Amino acid sequence: MARNEQITIPDSAFVPMKTEEIQAEPEMPRALSFLEDSWRKLKKNRAAVVTMIILLVVGCLAFLAPVISPFDPNEQHLSWKNLPPKWPGVSLNGLNGTTLFRGNRVDSYALAKVPEGQCFLFGTDEFGRDLLSRALWGTRISLIIALIAAFLDLTIGIIYGLISGMKGGRVDTVMQRILEILSGVPSLVLVVLMLLIFEPGMTSIILAMTISSWIPMARVVRAETMKIKQMEYVQAARALGAGEIKIALSHILPNISGIVIVRAMFSIPSAIFFETFLSFLGVGMKIPNASIGTLLNGGYKVFRLYPYQMYIPAIILCVIMLSFNLFADGLRDVFDPKMKER
Amino acid sequence: MVLTLFIIASVTFFLMDALPGTPYNNQDRLTESQLEMLNKKYGFDKPLFERYVNYLVSIVHGDFGISLQFSDQPVSTLLSQRMGPSIQLGLQAVIFGTLVGVFLGVIAAMHQNRFLDVFCSLFAITGRSVPNFVVAVLLQSLFAVTLKLLPIGLWDEGFRSSILPSLTLSISPMAESCRFIRTEMVEVLSSDYIELARAKGMSEIRIAFSHGLRNALIPLITVLGPMTVSLMTGSLVVENIFAVPGIGEQFTKSILSNDYYTIMAVTILFSAMLVVVIFLTDILYQLIDPRVRVEGKKHGTE
Repeated sequence: MARNEQITIPDSAFVPMKTEEIQAEPEMPRALSFLEDSWRKLKKNRAAVVTMIILLVVGCLAFLAPVISPFDPNEQHLSWKNLPPKWPGVSLNGLNGTTLFRGNRVDSYALAKVPEGQCFLFGTDEFGRDLLSRALWGTRISLIIALIAAFLDLTIGIIYGLISGMKGGRVDTVMQRILEILSGVPSLVLVVLMLLIFEPGMTSIILAMTISSWIPMARVVRAETMKIKQMEYVQAARALGAGEIKIALSHILPNISGIVIVRAMFSIPSAIFFETFLSFLGVGMKIPNASIGTLLNGGYKVFRLYPYQMYIPAIILCVIMLSFNLFADGLRDVFDPKMKER
Repeated sequence: MVLTLFIIASVTFFLMDALPGTPYNNQDRLTESQLEMLNKKYGFDKPLFERYVNYLVSIVHGDFGISLQFSDQPVSTLLSQRMGPSIQLGLQAVIFGTLVGVFLGVIAAMHQNRFLDVFCSLFAITGRSVPNFVVAVLLQSLFAVTLKLLPIGLWDEGFRSSILPSLTLSISPMAESCRFIRTEMVEVLSSDYIELARAKGMSEIRIAFSHGLRNALIPLITVLGPMTVSLMTGSLVVENIFAVPGIGEQFTKSILSNDYYTIMAVTILFSAMLVVVIFLTDILYQLIDPRVRVEGKKHGTE
């Protein structure tokens, strides 16, 4: 075997290095921090990067809604009702402000006596409200609801899961039984019931969603805590006299953060779904306020006559949901490659 | 399990009690004495605890009270009339959805990271992202309005009127099982016995379907049960859109009219289905896959 052969190296090869030479040696590349490493991995996933950009753009547009929306979302111009979308300089049917009127194409903007140069990019609804402004404000409200709900899920789930996992024993058993009972109620039904009791509105939607959706988060956190609790470094910390809370916060929490982030990202689209679902049913956001759900609901009622009023919010909703799901997928590959696709 | 149901029933009962408003029509125009009469008729004048005990006892006897809105029918008859369409839709959707989903998943796994795989995965993630009421409206406009192939709603043409709602509902099990089977299959296809089958000269399609799929299917059973139940609850809106006389539609109607007993009965019914189904899948899973039993034992003795 070549490996076992004795290699003879002449003594002349063993010359001590000079000090300057040692210092000239290239430094080891700096170790990447957790965030840098994650970012580097995330950048390789094209879908995740694209969806991240889409989400950033949508998010910016939504949160700038008070500044950039051309009209007040609740301002009514009854004479300008149900105008189709009109884009300046585009002469495509459907985007040029014309509709079929008894078989002939007519310029509905001229009929409604809209001043020249006034364009509604997304058209107007049955009360003559500008749908672009409503879409912006609606996206804003839906996103705010989803973000707050996801954040609450995260907090409650982490606290519950950490306590249950750290304490173990009887406390854990009781807490798990409670979870089991809660998860026996289908979440949709629970949310709807909750909404009946609270006054409809943003706060109650958030509360109602939180009540049902922190359960999976608590489960994940508990399972991970149980696993990490057994690790040597946690035992070492315990041997050194660190308190339970200190261990939980500074040893366990950082090590489950990846999984928690991924789960939170998946809970945002489901929160958006719940909001639209509830508003669509008519138990969500109160009527004049715009949210994606109420826009869809309004559009659905006149779908046969003015399909754009349904298509536009539907497209916005789908783009947001798809982006969040794809982005969360990308994040999962980064933070937790072993986790099964579920 | 019984305890879970008991707690759920109690909680819904007290929630109902906290509901604002009354279940009567034109409640603003009722005088005090009329309200009193109605309350007496339906037994709402008794103390809360007495009503609670009465309610629990009658549930055990299969009596869910009478509907306050829908011409005083017993809730159990009201719901049992509406069970049929819901169950039919749910089953059709699950069967069709999983069959197509499994097929797509297998194809995706066989062509891992190639065009077909990307296509199937994209399809799956779209199916998960697009809410079912949007799908419902799109299908309605495509098949019923533009092509005029199928009825737009209602439940009067037998199987034909169940096609569109089932199709809508089947999107989510399709997407779920496609993703699920793909991950499982990728794992299974890289195992030794698949290599052996390949070495024997079996065709890829036979390997995938007769050797791979069998092993990948087992974990799917765990998600199938809860999926069916969530389909039935998820059909709240879909049944409304297609005007199907099912439980979901009844539930939304009852919610909007404060029909206590019907709301409670539907909640308990849905919860019972979920709890029972989860319990059954656990048992079924252990029967089918002996590996789970061994692992479970190890876990228990720890």
